[in-house]
Amino acid sequence: MNKLYEKYIKTESLPTLFCPGCGNGIIQFAAANAMDELGIKDDIACVSGIGCSSWIPCYYKMDVMHTMHGRALAFAEGLKLARPDKKIMVFTGDGDCLAIGGNHLLHAASRNIDLTVIMVNNYIYGMTGGQKSPSTPKGAITKTSPFGCIDEPINGCRLVMSLGASYVARWTTAHPVQLAKSIKDGLMHRGFSFIEVLSQCPVQAGKSIYGEKDPAKIMRLYKENTYLYKEGKTRIEGKIPIGVFRNDDGAEEYIEKTEARLREQGIERTESWSVSQ
Amino acid sequence: MERRSLRKKELVLQGNEACAKGAIYAGCRFFAGYPITPSTEIIEMMSAEMQKSGGAFIQMEDEIGSACAIIGARWGGKKAMTATSGPGYTLMQEAIGFAAVTETPIVIVNVQRGGPSTGQPTLSSQQDIYQARYGSHGDYEIIVLTPSSVQEMFDFTVRAFELAEQFRTPVIVLADEVVGHMREKIAVEGGSKIIESVKHQYVVSPQADFFQGKNTMVEGQLHDEQGRRIGHLAKRSGEFINDINRKISDNTDIIASIDTYFMEDADVAIVAYGSVARPSLNAVKLARGVKDGRIASKLRIVKDLFRKGVQETLHTDYSHLKVGLVKINTVWPFPEKLLKEAAKNADIIIVPEMNVGKYFREIERVFKDKAVISMPKCGGDIHTPKEILDKILEEAGINE
Repeated sequence: MNKLYEKYIKTESLPTLFCPGCGNGIIQFAAANAMDELGIKDDIACVSGIGCSSWIPCYYKMDVMHTMHGRALAFAEGLKLARPDKKIMVFTGDGDCLAIGGNHLLHAASRNIDLTVIMVNNYIYGMTGGQKSPSTPKGAITKTSPFGCIDEPINGCRLVMSLGASYVARWTTAHPVQLAKSIKDGLMHRGFSFIEVLSQCPVQAGKSIYGEKDPAKIMRLYKENTYLYKEGKTRIEGKIPIGVFRNDDGAEEYIEKTEARLREQGIERTESWSVSQ
Repeated sequence: MERRSLRKKELVLQGNEACAKGAIYAGCRFFAGYPITPSTEIIEMMSAEMQKSGGAFIQMEDEIGSACAIIGARWGGKKAMTATSGPGYTLMQEAIGFAAVTETPIVIVNVQRGGPSTGQPTLSSQQDIYQARYGSHGDYEIIVLTPSSVQEMFDFTVRAFELAEQFRTPVIVLADEVVGHMREKIAVEGGSKIIESVKHQYVVSPQADFFQGKNTMVEGQLHDEQGRRIGHLAKRSGEFINDINRKISDNTDIIASIDTYFMEDADVAIVAYGSVARPSLNAVKLARGVKDGRIASKLRIVKDLFRKGVQETLHTDYSHLKVGLVKINTVWPFPEKLLKEAAKNADIIIVPEMNVGKYFREIERVFKDKAVISMPKCGGDIHTPKEILDKILEEAGINE
């Protein structure tokens, strides 16, 4: 077994409940890689919601909160405010984050609170058996869009950028090295970091979204149908931009804003904020 | 309900303010909330107080987020609370179930208003008595405290934090608009109370707070001691459900609390909780002919309100009428043993409550040999002492 896996994964909880060929393992490994390179595993906690991707952190040997559908960000904000000295990594999916958890995403992003959110986008509700999600492409036939999906898909990256999230990136499971680098940068970044990962669900999305059930072939599609975003570069029609869309170190973070306001008002705290009781 | 003389500092406070002060005194250092009438004074006070202390405050986007954030903060090591009313309390139900199953000690205050739906934002009710007990899906037991005075808004909030930590469970302070908005003189201790988490005494899945290097796993699915899922295993899941319920129900003797007034020789017992215990006690005192300084002033108000009818009532001597009050402080878990003992000699039990007559069913269940009479009142007005007195007279067969 890989040494990194031995260090980060609760081997007694294996095997994972992921289907063969699922992209979650790649993301799990990339995030472990990022934490290991930073060497701050003891200063990070993970929070996740409900759905396939929310099981990713449940196998980590660290403090993990596996919460309610859509609410991971709300739990994470409470945890972060209780311990502003620590890093919080949130694992969520397209349904968890953009549908049921949409309101929390709006507000967490606009607060620019220091969380690192990894939104695994597989374009579908995988765990419940292949129903349409907020990111399902228009026209896709799923279990709940039997005549073709009529909704415009929601673009999570553009949404959080419009609200003021200060680090925004998108990668795919075919870009594990870049993904790990982004997670590392996101954890180091002080502010709301949003990293979308396009991830294959060969079982549920294979047929309805990609017309292809072979995970390796879906990952090849990711390489073929994406282009690296660079500022000023023209969009390539029909292809998905990947890369780091925003990395703004100058943006004020929520806890910084709170502290600055208290200082401005001349209010001195009677106890230290960050210390646990 | 009675004034205390041993405490140090006397303050005139509104019930909601006393609740916030109680939380701070109990060591609460995180508050997340969403404004809703008639609980808003709590979030207002906490927004300043949390930030001035070493705590944190966040106004969340909704009540769902508020309940989730306080659970997150508690695992971060801060004692945490939120406050809301009817519609917001409904939104918090899923998180209450999550806190029960993950054994997270949190305090949720519900200053009840009239429902259903938007209902009566500014008027009082006790309609959430069963939602407080059964609101979230699945089988779980919960602790619910019902304050009936401003002093109790302070004291019961402190008690809620104690019980939450002792039993690692969400605790509900089920107040109502009347106690939330009334102003009274109360006595409070300065400084803060140290509430230790009784380490894992009653806990099914003993887990450390985050960032202690213990690899804590907080899991909403049924889980083992290490937080690993067992939801797919029927036998172990059944044991987990049993344990988490019995953690509360088997400890009812420790949790349950009632106060009794004039019950020693009472033939007629009023059983009341929350603000309705106030007119109930006044009715009992009227019936008993008790006239201390406080009751005398109350009588003047009652007189003004009911003029002739009450004049007659007051001039009638009912001192032969043996009436008492059982005030329930912990509606859930149901204080069956205490209640049975307190009312064992009564023949008639009257249950006034500001709903269609809900808690009455529980009381009727345990007193099969007595006449248990429901006295519901809906619409937002609290029972008057006169109404309760009339009911006592009617049931005791002293109808004029």
